[in-house]
Amino acid sequence: MTEVIRLETPLTHEKVAQLKAGDNVLISGVIYTGRDAAHKNMIEALASGEKLPFDMKDQIIYFVGPTPPRPGQVIGSAGPTTSYRMDAYSPKLIEEGLTGMIGKGLRSPEVIEVMEKYGAVYFGAIGGAGALIAKRIVSAEVIAYPELGPEAVRRLVVKDFPVIVLIDHLGNNLYDIGKAQFERA
Amino acid sequence: MKTIQVNEIIEAVEKLCIEANYDLGADVMLSLKQALTTETSPLGREVFERLIENATIAHEERVPMCQDTGMTVVFVEVGQDLHIEGGSLTEALNEGVRRGYEKGYLRKSVVKDPFDRVNTGDNTPAIIHYDLVPGDELHITVAPKGAGSENMGALKMCKPSDGLEGAMQFVMDTVDKAGGNPCPPIIVGVGVGGTMEKSTYLAKKALLRNVGVHNKEARLARIEEKLLEQINKLGIGPQGFGGVNTALAVNLEVYPTHIAMLPVAVNINCHSARHKEITLKGRDE
Repeated sequence: MTEVIRLETPLTHEKVAQLKAGDNVLISGVIYTGRDAAHKNMIEALASGEKLPFDMKDQIIYFVGPTPPRPGQVIGSAGPTTSYRMDAYSPKLIEEGLTGMIGKGLRSPEVIEVMEKYGAVYFGAIGGAGALIAKRIVSAEVIAYPELGPEAVRRLVVKDFPVIVLIDHLGNNLYDIGKAQFERA
Repeated sequence: MKTIQVNEIIEAVEKLCIEANYDLGADVMLSLKQALTTETSPLGREVFERLIENATIAHEERVPMCQDTGMTVVFVEVGQDLHIEGGSLTEALNEGVRRGYEKGYLRKSVVKDPFDRVNTGDNTPAIIHYDLVPGDELHITVAPKGAGSENMGALKMCKPSDGLEGAMQFVMDTVDKAGGNPCPPIIVGVGVGGTMEKSTYLAKKALLRNVGVHNKEARLARIEEKLLEQINKLGIGPQGFGGVNTALAVNLEVYPTHIAMLPVAVNINCHSARHKEITLKGRDE
């Protein structure tokens, strides 16, 4: 088992600066959900001068669309969705103060550039481990766009939510580092 | 002439949708456990441990392994001597999907129009592939397919002069480009030959084959082994975090093609490789 870093939200710039690509992190506190349609709505809201569903400053967005909970469950299965579909929207939210994103998969050079400029970190949750991840979510409340169903924006309280730092605020990228380490010609 | 009532079909599909999403196949589970023993990356081993734990929780607590419970792909083999009574077969399959996704607390992920993108609310319509076969049975395979891996698929109309080498290179390039996006460890379905749509159909159908079961033709089985070996040298590893286990299997299907064509289709599946099947027998009425 690799060494574990415990991180409490909000994710301030001071905390961002301490995280390196490859770090094994357990997040506790409040995070927000948002995926394709919610991102589109938020960017449109910004363009027309409306308020966002929550203040982005020092916050983390988790790219997820959970399954419906069974009666008695806080949330259904809730693993990450593929992040590149949010690449068109993330830079704008980072400019608004967002400091963390949780997803899976590669990001565009444009997103990484903005992450470096403003100081943000991209975490990876394990894709396809939705049943396991749901157990680390203490509460879930829809706070915007309920009409989007699984894509609605939710406020989650999480406890020891397991993630890996994929891309840090200096642009170090675990996808490049990890692959280079294990590639065999 | 034998008969099947549509109600029986609806109930069967409902059950298959739920089981496919809750219960990881024993073949994949075994393959994950084997990969845990061969993985040299510590982070990679941790990924395998969590995936095994996740599949165990899903099975025991009756919840979906993954929140992307997919677009429901259904393969149906209809015996040509079978009579289906009580309504439309296509509607029965869709009704089974509708009930399964509701009762199983599965995510409804289908939008009615690719441009307007309004959710249909019940995960229908399913993607249904019919095959008419001899006999009087109905064989149904339900294979929910998540978008993370589906989006990483690709088709290339290679030239005959590209040959086996060119076809293999395209498979490698597709997997390499996909990187960590399709949730490795992946299963790679490859369809070669036929026409454009036939090759993609074969690539999808190849994913129904269990992990560890090779193509029956020895020469094709060798290509599968060679591709698997090369893919696992890419270094992508579990979740793309780096490692020696990027794919669990490569399943190849081929079909006759045109003198001027060499279509190669790659359909990638994540480790939540979901497919459950049933054979319904017709009754004398």
